[in-house]
Amino acid sequence: MKSAVVQLPGLNRDRDMIAALTKISGKAPVTVWQTETEIPDVDLIVIPGGFSYGDYLRCGAIAARMPVMQAIKAKAEQGVRVLGVCNGFQILVESGLLPGALMRNTSLKFVCREVKLEVANADTAFTRAYANGQVIRSPVAHHDGNYFADPETLKAIEGNGQVVFRYAEGTNPNGSINDIAGVMNAKGNVLGMMPHPENLIEAAHGGSDGRGLFASALDVIAA
Amino acid sequence: MIKARVTVTLKNGVLDPQGKAIEGALGALGFDGIGHVRQGKVFDLELETADKAKAEADLKAMCEKLLANTVIENYSITLA
Repeated sequence: MKSAVVQLPGLNRDRDMIAALTKISGKAPVTVWQTETEIPDVDLIVIPGGFSYGDYLRCGAIAARMPVMQAIKAKAEQGVRVLGVCNGFQILVESGLLPGALMRNTSLKFVCREVKLEVANADTAFTRAYANGQVIRSPVAHHDGNYFADPETLKAIEGNGQVVFRYAEGTNPNGSINDIAGVMNAKGNVLGMMPHPENLIEAAHGGSDGRGLFASALDVIAA
Repeated sequence: MIKARVTVTLKNGVLDPQGKAIEGALGALGFDGIGHVRQGKVFDLELETADKAKAEADLKAMCEKLLANTVIENYSITLA
């Protein structure tokens, strides 16, 4: 499958994401700059992490209004898979492609460590390689990962199985409501998550727990 | 030219860890009886128009599209 990685000023995890996608799919993703109004024909679009526009105004707020996001919205409506990691998740909620909002961590501190993630829904295009309830390791690195949704929205996303990952075993690093670490849209083709699965895909990283997410999304689930 | 001020505040029920930290710091400075400190944002803008109705409509659109995240924030607009 073909993939694309979005690039914006201030995003700095694009290289890690390109490396992960290249290693797992065997093909380098195309890169798409923020001013592009059309996205090449790909099966997966990834918005990586970083600090787009210096996190000015609100994290992801300015990036979410760039031309490339209109193109991504159009692709998402056609059913193309979209993954946002960390700042990419913040951009997806700011753009309205995902419900809720990401607020300052309750500790008010930047957290950079490893957490445990429970796969809350393994029946998605992004998590088929995992089992429901499976706990995987993943690095996190963020200041604003405290997921919030109003009670009505929360009830809806919980009821629809849109909560895909939760922080497990008391490792919630940011105060996220219901320990939510990753959320998808109702249609199931747009996923946002604060943890960085691209940084745990091979032995040199100290583990490969994140690999299943890309193997699922890229349809290359290993035997 | 019209000068405007947009104030953006967190909605009720949205947790504000920064406001809480400020509340704690005020207490530490000896200010007693302080409760419910909420942090917000203020934007001062100049609009090159004399049409107040248009200015208000434009400012409302700016708030909805960018200045506020209406999932978590309210906004108010005042013209000078």
